[in-house]
Amino acid sequence: MITRLLLAFPFLAVAILLLIGLGALLFKRNLIKMLMGLSLMESAVNLFLVATGYRQDGAAPIFTNVPSTHMVLPTVQALTLTAIVIGVATSAMMLSFAMVIYKKYGTVDIRKIRKLNG
Amino acid sequence: MNMTKIVRTTADLFYPFCLIFGLYVVLHGHLTPGGGFQGGAVMATGAALLIVSRSYAGIIQRIRKNAMKLCEAVGLLMFLVAGLSGLLLGGSFLHNRLAGAGGLFGESVAFGANPGVLNTAGLIPILNIAVGIEVLGGLTVILLYMLSGVNKEEPAS
Amino acid sequence: MMDTLTRHLPALLVAIPLLAAFTMPLVGRAGNAARSAWVVLGALLTSLVGLALACRVFTGGTVLYVFGAAAPHVPLPMDSGGIPIRIIFQIDALGALMVVIASLASLAIAIYSVSAEARQSGKDGFYSMLFLLVAGILGMVSTGDLFNFFVFLEISSLAGAGLVAYRIDKGEAVEAGLKYALLSTVGALSVLMAIGILFAQYNALNIATLASRLQFTRLDMVALVLLAVPLAMKCGAVPMHFWTPDSYTTAPSSITALLVVSSQASLYGLFRILFTLYGDLLQFSWSTFGWFLIVLGVLSSFIGVTMAIPQKDVKRLMAYHAVSQTGYMLLGVGVGLAVLGNAEALAAYGKTAMAGGLFHIINHAMYKGLLFLTAGAIFYRTGTRNLNKLGGLGHTMPWTMVFFMIGALAIAGIPPFNGFASKLLIYESVFRFSPFLSIIAMVVSILTLASFVKVFHSMFMGAPRAEFAQAREVPRPMIAGMALLALVVVVTGLVPQAFVDRMISPAVEALVDRAGYISAILGGN
Repeated sequence: MITRLLLAFPFLAVAILLLIGLGALLFKRNLIKMLMGLSLMESAVNLFLVATGYRQDGAAPIFTNVPSTHMVLPTVQALTLTAIVIGVATSAMMLSFAMVIYKKYGTVDIRKIRKLNG
Repeated sequence: MNMTKIVRTTADLFYPFCLIFGLYVVLHGHLTPGGGFQGGAVMATGAALLIVSRSYAGIIQRIRKNAMKLCEAVGLLMFLVAGLSGLLLGGSFLHNRLAGAGGLFGESVAFGANPGVLNTAGLIPILNIAVGIEVLGGLTVILLYMLSGVNKEEPAS
Repeated sequence: MMDTLTRHLPALLVAIPLLAAFTMPLVGRAGNAARSAWVVLGALLTSLVGLALACRVFTGGTVLYVFGAAAPHVPLPMDSGGIPIRIIFQIDALGALMVVIASLASLAIAIYSVSAEARQSGKDGFYSMLFLLVAGILGMVSTGDLFNFFVFLEISSLAGAGLVAYRIDKGEAVEAGLKYALLSTVGALSVLMAIGILFAQYNALNIATLASRLQFTRLDMVALVLLAVPLAMKCGAVPMHFWTPDSYTTAPSSITALLVVSSQASLYGLFRILFTLYGDLLQFSWSTFGWFLIVLGVLSSFIGVTMAIPQKDVKRLMAYHAVSQTGYMLLGVGVGLAVLGNAEALAAYGKTAMAGGLFHIINHAMYKGLLFLTAGAIFYRTGTRNLNKLGGLGHTMPWTMVFFMIGALAIAGIPPFNGFASKLLIYESVFRFSPFLSIIAMVVSILTLASFVKVFHSMFMGAPRAEFAQAREVPRPMIAGMALLALVVVVTGLVPQAFVDRMISPAVEALVDRAGYISAILGGN
């Protein structure tokens, strides 16, 4: 019972991080804080991907110097790495947009950045 | 504005170690955890250390934007050329022709517990180096552009 | 030599735009003329590769390409143990149709941009991102691997957001670009989570392998929702369409045309997930998922056109029309999905509905791209997009007026242009499914015609205004780009049956034939 709860703990952490990130994205009015929430959500999904690769009594997936050939899944680690790189590029681009918006609008409050509507 | 002399000197001392560690992570990407992106990010952190400890005017003479953009372009082109080389020499795009072929990157690794040899795995170290150069250039350009926007806070009317 | 080239066409399809994108900063140092020539050359090579690949698929069947293998056409090599272990590009007839759309559109847009953006600064970044967007679109429609699809989706979203925010001088474009990037990122995270769920259960990322191993557990239902909703958002279906007007309005006009193609590549992804990945497993509720698409389609077409009518900004109006036309595609294919289990209804009108929907994809890309390019031409000469301020341009810009007329007649569904052919297919098959839906579709078409008559009248008719007296015709590369799209619109309108037989029917067959998709990889080759 305790083992099952411990095994499910990473997924619980994923859910908590997702909720916190989503809350920051929806309820904060400062653009930078919204982007922080988005970054938290990205971390949550990356954690989810790595956590699905766990195998009981598995070793690190390095071919040489390995105690046994029962390893955790290496493919999910490659997926997570790609997702981290994409997250870096996205955050850099959106922060640059936030900088330009601050220069043009004078504020990063999203209630005031609403020149386009209709 | 500049930070104090202690900070600047410490950053200057740490910067080469960051570069070396980053290069280590890039080159050993096929043996230990790490590889192109991770090593490139560590190298860019070394550059970030310098950027933080000095003002924009102080750093822009040393780390030029054009040099970093050139790094980025060279890294990307090296990756594409390596991929197309697999295509042109038979096999498909990104075919690992050098694996097991002897020579600079072509030794195959012995089975069983051993620390591994640096010149194995064929095309993969070449791709790691290309990505490492590219990420160093790309992240440093991002940091330089973002730093150039500091202390110029004139909101539009 | 020719044989080598044809063998490696799928790899070249993505490698050539990437090469053009990465070398753009280096070529840009040699001057504007060198850069323009490089852009046109890159676009021309990409289109040739795309069209050659499509020809190969339409005549020879599905094309496979395995990345990183010794033999690119063998998906299951000797030492793989019966599992496809590498990234495989799998281009069947539906993928080939999308490759044709993307190739033609990117060629016209590249030629148009060469003179439309000649006065802007930062052109290196613009053209690099343009080619990255083209590479992303072409990769999305060719890949047979689910995670590769996610990567290309992110590439096209990021490049698209950067391009939407290209004109930073007024700040509105950056706001729209930020909104687009934010929504795309949240959607892509949801897609990634679904891919993680599917991989954790079945240990496969290849679409064909996943399709053969899928059992419809509850987690798979969650994954289906997590996959379908963001892809529907990326194509601008109605409850989630709010990014469309802002992004399409503030982006440079050639980029808007390419964003339309990008949203249709997401539509392709949605169809691929629903028909090929899940396919027969939706059997217990064919009609439920079919009705999901149908409801999205009807809402999009109706709300799109009603919000378009009061608009004063011509590109915003066209953006709402793009939302409304996407509704037609969703309606047609949704009717096909709803009757997929019922073999006689499928043969009677289901396949015709799907053919109408798929034909509408290529028609919409062509005439909507043409309309956006004409709006860009008018903005280039007059500097305004406000319909109240424009007027009387028909005297000084005759070519633009002709191209706009072709596009407007095509979107309203008037024969002999291509909109009529696809809309007729949709009307007659949807009528047999449910007459009420077909009547809504016809009403939407009438409202579309009314809205474009208004736009035509206020932009081109009337006495010439004083402030636009210097508005001459636009430069020749812009006319050439528009002429290419107009030519496709006219030709597909004059001989629609040939297109339906050669390109659309094979695409419908490929979409419905899930077993064929799987056996192309797993059935031994």
